[in-house]
Amino acid sequence: MNKNKLSAAARREENWGWIMVAPTIIGLAVLNLWPFVQTVYASFCEHLGFGHYRFAGLDNYVRMFQNAEFWKATWNTIFFCILTVPVGIILALFIAILLNAKVKFKGGFRTIFFLPLVCAPAAVAMVWRWIFNGEYGILNQVLGQEIQWITDPKTAVIAIAIVSVWSSVGYDAVLLLAGLQNIPKTLYEANSIDGAGKIRQFFTITLPMVSPTMFSVLIMRLMASMKVYDLIYMMADETNPALTDMQSLMYLFYRSSFVAGERGYGSAIVVWTVGLILLVTLIQFWGQKKWVTYDI
Amino acid sequence: MKTDSLRRSYAVNKFITYFFLILGALIMVFPFVWMILTSSKTVPESMQIPPTILPAQIMLDNFKDAIASLPFDRLYINTALMVFFRVICAIFFSSMAGYAFAKLKFRGKNLLFMVVLIQMSLPSQIFIIPQYQMVAKMGMANTIFALVFPGLVSAFGVFFLRQTYLSIPDEVGEAAFLDGCNQWQTFYKVMFPLTGTSVAALTIFTAVFAYGDLMWPLVVNSDLKMMTLSSGLSTLKGQFSTNFPVLMAGSLLAMLPMVVLYLIFQRQFVEGIAGTGGK
Repeated sequence: MNKNKLSAAARREENWGWIMVAPTIIGLAVLNLWPFVQTVYASFCEHLGFGHYRFAGLDNYVRMFQNAEFWKATWNTIFFCILTVPVGIILALFIAILLNAKVKFKGGFRTIFFLPLVCAPAAVAMVWRWIFNGEYGILNQVLGQEIQWITDPKTAVIAIAIVSVWSSVGYDAVLLLAGLQNIPKTLYEANSIDGAGKIRQFFTITLPMVSPTMFSVLIMRLMASMKVYDLIYMMADETNPALTDMQSLMYLFYRSSFVAGERGYGSAIVVWTVGLILLVTLIQFWGQKKWVTYDI
Repeated sequence: MKTDSLRRSYAVNKFITYFFLILGALIMVFPFVWMILTSSKTVPESMQIPPTILPAQIMLDNFKDAIASLPFDRLYINTALMVFFRVICAIFFSSMAGYAFAKLKFRGKNLLFMVVLIQMSLPSQIFIIPQYQMVAKMGMANTIFALVFPGLVSAFGVFFLRQTYLSIPDEVGEAAFLDGCNQWQTFYKVMFPLTGTSVAALTIFTAVFAYGDLMWPLVVNSDLKMMTLSSGLSTLKGQFSTNFPVLMAGSLLAMLPMVVLYLIFQRQFVEGIAGTGGK
């Protein structure tokens, strides 16, 4: 009798559980799981137009791997990560350490560093187009140079990397600041009695203690940099002579799928990009054992 | 002697700290200042060499030009509606699912939660072509619905709110249950009101992300009248490729609403976005 009653309540709980997750699960199935399968399938197909596909085996991948523009985009993406991720994290850590000191207007500084995050990347990129402008841009005026930042193949990726670091450094700094604030003060006190200098303190206490936060910032920043698209879309034009020298994989994906209308080929590019992101992330998770400290 | 040198090194430290903080703040603020200053210049003025810092006069002509070539009233409305519906959907569906995943026992729970985790770890671009084809097939391209579509459910929201519900002690729900609430009432009357801070954080996160998103609105709504501020602004660069004063005026108009909200709710924004740890 008692057992029966309990199982009735358990059954009711189970029904409620299913009902409450149903909208989300159905939504994810329709909006994400099924599209994921479709994209992978489409990467093996030729797009005939109007959403019709014909199976084409490995054609898209063969074409992709033989295409110099594709390899250039892959390199640009990796180069962009090399430029943005280490510099961005070191700068963010530096800012976080400064903000962690006893300073006045700490909140004000934090608000300023965080500001680019709430601005649409489209608007942010527009100002930087103006600052980087080769003829009249303020940057060249100040430097006394005539660098064609955005249209010179040598500097285009660097220019976009600068904008990217500028946009995200405040956000990373706020995350790292939270990590710094979690370090117990007693660790420093014990250490300074030992007579350790500030610089040694940084390497023996601060860096190991904040390394788990740094790791999550690293993963996040790496994933974001691997799929950079909006800044490039805004800073480059179809007529830009440096277009192939600056376009990322996601930008190439956009152009192939929605400008050229080759959705099978575009699908192959996006599958490759996601595979690359997963690979890079896995390498980081494997590499973290060497530098991230989880217990002290 | 000793205290003197200590005090001096303390002062040097303080100086260095402020020096770099102020330098950094100037670098962060400069593009915005330059944007505002340029938006009030004439084209010849903006191209002067050496450049003038301040505009000769404060004028709104560039803003008028920007508004004349972009239907900003529609862009504001479209963006607001997209953000509003995405936020409502994220809060409503994610709260329900987050609660169920955290507090209820049901078969298949772990498997279904895996679906949430998988979606979270995949970049949204891998879904975009099929999502676009669905919208097109429904004949819904160039609508508000199309803008909201990928944000109807939020895997991230479910994950984030599940954490919040896990942090609420089970006893709270059990007490309500013993008072005669059923599972829905326990959730809706007792548990959901306890998650205010997290819901606010999710709201800000969802809004900022939707506001800045560029690829989806570009793909799905090609009609200028149905664009968002982000995608609408991107069309301006083709029209006024070298007229930077107008481009700056347009950019200012596009980012203004979110910046104003940010300046009012600074702490909530910073803690909300950083606290969600996403993006």
